[in-house]
Amino acid sequence: MSDTALGHARHVVTENPVTGFALALFILFVLAAIFGPSLVPYDPLASDTANALQAPSGQHWFGTDQIGRDIFSRVVVATRLDLGIAAASVALVFAFGGFAGLVSGFFGGWVDQVIGRVSDTIMAFPLFVLAMAIVAALGNTVPNIVLATGIINFPLYVRVARAETVQRREAGFVDAARIAGHRDMGVLLGQVAPNIMPIMVVQMSLTMGYAILNAAGLSFIGLGVRAPTPEWGIMVAEGASFIVSGEWWVALFPGAMLMTAVFCFNLLGDGLRDIVDPRRRT
Amino acid sequence: MSGQIGNQPTPPEAEGPLLLDIAEVSKRFPVGKTGWLSGKSHSLVHAVDDVSLTLARGETLGLVGESGCGKSTLVRLLARLTDPTSGSIRFGTRELSAIPAKDFARDPDRARIQIVFQDAGESINPRFTAADAIADPLRQLQGLTGDTLRQKVEEAATLCGLPLELLARFPHQLSGGQRARVGIARAIGPRPDLLVLDEPTAALDVSVQVTILQLLVSLRESLGISYVFVSHDLNVVRLLCDRVVVMYLGRIVEVGPARAVFDAPLHPYTRGLVAAVPRLDGVRADALRLVGDPKSPIDPDPNACRFHGRCPIGTDRCGVEMPELRRFAGGRQAACHYAEEAPA
Repeated sequence: MSDTALGHARHVVTENPVTGFALALFILFVLAAIFGPSLVPYDPLASDTANALQAPSGQHWFGTDQIGRDIFSRVVVATRLDLGIAAASVALVFAFGGFAGLVSGFFGGWVDQVIGRVSDTIMAFPLFVLAMAIVAALGNTVPNIVLATGIINFPLYVRVARAETVQRREAGFVDAARIAGHRDMGVLLGQVAPNIMPIMVVQMSLTMGYAILNAAGLSFIGLGVRAPTPEWGIMVAEGASFIVSGEWWVALFPGAMLMTAVFCFNLLGDGLRDIVDPRRRT
Repeated sequence: MSGQIGNQPTPPEAEGPLLLDIAEVSKRFPVGKTGWLSGKSHSLVHAVDDVSLTLARGETLGLVGESGCGKSTLVRLLARLTDPTSGSIRFGTRELSAIPAKDFARDPDRARIQIVFQDAGESINPRFTAADAIADPLRQLQGLTGDTLRQKVEEAATLCGLPLELLARFPHQLSGGQRARVGIARAIGPRPDLLVLDEPTAALDVSVQVTILQLLVSLRESLGISYVFVSHDLNVVRLLCDRVVVMYLGRIVEVGPARAVFDAPLHPYTRGLVAAVPRLDGVRADALRLVGDPKSPIDPDPNACRFHGRCPIGTDRCGVEMPELRRFAGGRQAACHYAEEAPA
């Protein structure tokens, strides 16, 4: 299986170079998140007022901001925080939303009703406003941003996991597992869950983009990470006021990083979907 | 959890000659909405209605009937995958109907009743290799691990004629016949006393069907398992089964030794089934033709024969009096008011 899956993955990447590109970008982002802080040329927090608002040059690739901090260093260092928040919230919602969806689809009945109504209630809010409200109510900390981002993605995971579970609830292998001595939870976690895992991984990649955007969005409006911490959303917010006076690079580069990251995870999700979709298997 | 979870074999002599004794078992499903706001539904599907049958040790019992007659529900009942609405299921010396299906998974008798499913491909988890699939019940029911487990898996595979090099494959990499062998190997691994075969060859090519049937016959002889064999193929049932049960709309209409039942059916429905078997020499002149569809199984009239309306010999009496399953010579039973008038 593993070598055929790898072979198929290779086939998808070569057939659809965009997926390969997204994968390369993804690896780059992960490397930046891990090694970025120790590789960047300047301290992302050190101000140098003599060199404030310098345009991009050989010395400062992405220019400097209003107090002379190197934007390239800040953008690279911010990768760890932005991807970290997104990854943590996706992992959180994958565990809770995925499990809720499994239970909901497998047992049906009142469990399904309760979980379905909870996720409908979340869906009833404009999601970004809900995230704002959660952070505003619980406080401006990274764990709360993670939690808020996770909560607004909860219904998506519940629905996908539930739909996939319902399809398999009556499958022959579920009966076979019961005959083999598995109880409900054993069937659910040992037999059904591995079968919906590929779809959930695709879902994780697709929502990773939203999660990054959401975390940056909260910071942009001042409800997330606070200055002077390097974070893409705050940097765009800070740079926005300089665009009218011609210093476009302050907002552009963090914005471009944000866009590239979201883009990368969406493309990767599309590619992963092709890999796990049995209709595309050859 | 340590030690043996699996079957504590009760000595056969302590259990008597009957392995399975089902009495007056019914299964009804509510239809329509049963939400907590809309109140209770009052319509019931009578999937299995008042079924009694016995299975002797080492016997092969055929179960025939058209689609929707309750065969699959009966199979799920006697394999303890669903709970009966009423009735008793005695297995060996134990009454199993009182144990809820969800608890039966950890019951010591779980290993003694196994199923070979209709569609072997669908019944094997697509994420499991053949070896994983065969190992699963052994690990769960008998707590085997490591080398003992691998040895048992290979033993079961060999018994079922499955080449060991195929054990590492996933179901989609196996042929239909190989998948069927995996399904059988998985079922016989825990050494059950009762093996329920739910149309084990329905999804296979004719040539493969023969080899799988031969395998089942040889396993029955070498392992001494009792079979409940569900099939649409009357010829196969006649060859393989000692006795046969004919079901119609959830009820048993005829029981008896397979040859006798098929050679001289007592019930008009069985006559229709036998006549419907394709022959090379054309349809017999005296054959009964079954026309139309069965009645609805939802809230059937308890005082009318289920076959009434479709039955070629039915009278007004059949519409007002449900025929009981009556005993006849030669260990036969039939549920028809006019069974005595059946052509010999």
